Amino acid sequence: MADGMVTIYLMGKAYSVPENLTIMKAMEYSGFQLKRGCGCRGGFCGACATVYRIKGDYRVQEGLACQTVVAEDMYLSMLPFYPAIKKTYDIEELKARGNVLMNLYPEINRCLGCNTCTRSCPQDLEVMNYMNAAIRGDITKVANLSFDCIMCGLCASRCPAELVQHNIGILARRIYGKYILPAADHLAKRVEEIEKGEFEEEVNELMEKEQEELAKLYNERDIEEE
Amino acid sequence: MSYPKEMQAAIKKVAATRKSRMNETYPMLSPEEKQELLNNYHPDYRDDAFRQVQVGANKGESLPHEVVDIIEARSRIEPADFSLTADKEVDVLVIGGGGGGCSAALVAAEKGAEVLQVTKLRLGDANTMMAQGGIQIADKENDSPAIHYLDVMGGGGFVNKPELVKALVMDAPKVGKWLEDLGYMFDKDEEGRMVTRHGGGTSRKRMHSARDYSGAEIMRTLRDEVQNRGIEYIEFLPAVELLLDEQERCQGAILYDLETEEYMVVRARTVILATGGFGRIHVSGFPTTNHYGATADGLVMAYRAGANLLFMDSTQFHPTGAAFPEQIVGLLITEKVRGLGAQLVNNKGEQFVYPLETRDAEASAIIRECEGRNLGITTPTGMTGVWLDSPMIDEIHGPGTLQKELPAMYRQFDRFDIDITKDPMLIFPTLHYQNGGVEIDQRGETAIENLFIAGETSGGLHGKNRLMGNSLLDVLVFGRRAGKAATERAREVSFGDSLSLKHVESFHQQLAAKGVETERVSPMLLPDYSNSNIS
Repeated sequence: MADGMVTIYLMGKAYSVPENLTIMKAMEYSGFQLKRGCGCRGGFCGACATVYRIKGDYRVQEGLACQTVVAEDMYLSMLPFYPAIKKTYDIEELKARGNVLMNLYPEINRCLGCNTCTRSCPQDLEVMNYMNAAIRGDITKVANLSFDCIMCGLCASRCPAELVQHNIGILARRIYGKYILPAADHLAKRVEEIEKGEFEEEVNELMEKEQEELAKLYNERDIEEE
Repeated sequence: MSYPKEMQAAIKKVAATRKSRMNETYPMLSPEEKQELLNNYHPDYRDDAFRQVQVGANKGESLPHEVVDIIEARSRIEPADFSLTADKEVDVLVIGGGGGGCSAALVAAEKGAEVLQVTKLRLGDANTMMAQGGIQIADKENDSPAIHYLDVMGGGGFVNKPELVKALVMDAPKVGKWLEDLGYMFDKDEEGRMVTRHGGGTSRKRMHSARDYSGAEIMRTLRDEVQNRGIEYIEFLPAVELLLDEQERCQGAILYDLETEEYMVVRARTVILATGGFGRIHVSGFPTTNHYGATADGLVMAYRAGANLLFMDSTQFHPTGAAFPEQIVGLLITEKVRGLGAQLVNNKGEQFVYPLETRDAEASAIIRECEGRNLGITTPTGMTGVWLDSPMIDEIHGPGTLQKELPAMYRQFDRFDIDITKDPMLIFPTLHYQNGGVEIDQRGETAIENLFIAGETSGGLHGKNRLMGNSLLDVLVFGRRAGKAATERAREVSFGDSLSLKHVESFHQQLAAKGVETERVSPMLLPDYSNSNIS
């Protein structure tokens, strides 16, 4: 093995790649131009869910290809799509009651408490804890614990009870954001003011101004203190 | 992969001066100082990075080589050999699956249009998903759309198209309310008041956020809603050419299935392009914060069809891209880090710029510190940057603040054994945003009748420099406007004339007439990083 290189197996086929690359860059280094399995390349979009195993170890591990660094004798495959169920609903018709998650996803009750979802989460979320909260109908807890979910679906792909943790998470977050978080009165008030045409004249006046005059106003504007 | 020894020595200098710096405010640049700084250090001002465009509506203008390269390229389609029989007919064709495309599709469907949304990658694979910092909305008592207007114009160099800016600032509260009604988890206090912060170039604290997943929270909410409403969308199906009718009005597009490599002709009464910007063409060789699909496809197609571009000579470099570790070079370090009080510090442990200048000035100051004054810090792989002193955040706001406010950022570095609550981050500017684009009016329509554009593909709104928090706002405001206008227009458009690719033929002829002989084909669709080192 050349210095600084490791051998990885992309869907079973061996490639020699620099040891410090992420899985995604290692695939590109190996000559792949990705179509599926590549999105934001920054850990935000969940497109590059990947499962891997290190030779000699029986455990299959999970990670994002854009965030996980390769290792010697890593066998890997991307999981760019997983046929997880997503229930559709009218957010206006839902109520922030405990049984709302259960009604849409009754399979939550099948949770075995095995914690595989938590172990497979590339965001290190307490996935099983929020599934427990979902069973109890604690929408607030589900929303907050699942907040950093990038919806890669690795949890669902590994769940022996076939739950769709990521889809239950977004359902809870939307109910929480709409019905449980108090509404911003100042926002509603501003919308009303705009609809009454209150700022129309002031903005129109600014639109008429020459660059120089506008620049003067801009440079002299007061800036709110930190 | 924590910091190597030589960098740890440099970090000590940052820690040593932290206490005294906490009480220091670095003075803001005067307008004259700022201009001088831009002239000397901003990549937009480097003559050798530009050349003249020879064909199309912007003929004679100097634009970055990488932009001219994709404009002056051949279509993927040979018009003479291509059969224009429509495979599908719809009212409104939305091209793009990000924040702009989803907003447009939702509004168009709500207004009764039969919508088809297509996207190159997955629904939601877009820059919207990556925006961390927030969205500007003038909804507080001490703020107003007029104050927001002035900030936008000042940030853009006073050349922004006024009617677009008006639309942006006046629609902002409505868009905020729309998000709230959809269940967006805004950062709020116990009474429901929005928690707001400053961003670069804001005169009021009007940056609204959802922790540091502000864009992701928008994208996953909109995507969920598109799915709930049953809007038809097809993934891995980018557009490669627009179709016009005999009167040169837009009437659909040719789509290309990335997997089966088959073409599909869609005839539409109106078309909305929301394909995003050009980060992945790597202007001047900079790394980028952008999504894999940001190859300016819509810009190329609209230009070939006859549309004109505004301000494509200006590129936004985000001041703070990661410069270490190597695996994440170019990755965005959100402006919120500076919003929370972290300072920029050179290799002597000294501040050298006010942390919240507009992005163009902030980026130029960092380039000056590294290249002009040689006061940067060099990594083992030869990348130079300056420190962003993140440990200040917990010092100022109390322990735990950074992890609560910036969980994504914390996690990004923790993966490489760097604890940013204890050690600073090394940063250097990274290509972030296409300031200019295809000219639109306040309804989102281009010079080509029945062709609408929303978001980064369009130009004019942000002038020559977009402010933080105005791009999430842009995609929602103009996505919704385009969705509405395209639906209203669709009611007046009938399918009569035959579909045409004459504009493509003519563009090829103009290229030949100007002696532009090239093998280049555009839109690029996907960047090719096989065997490359680019980020």
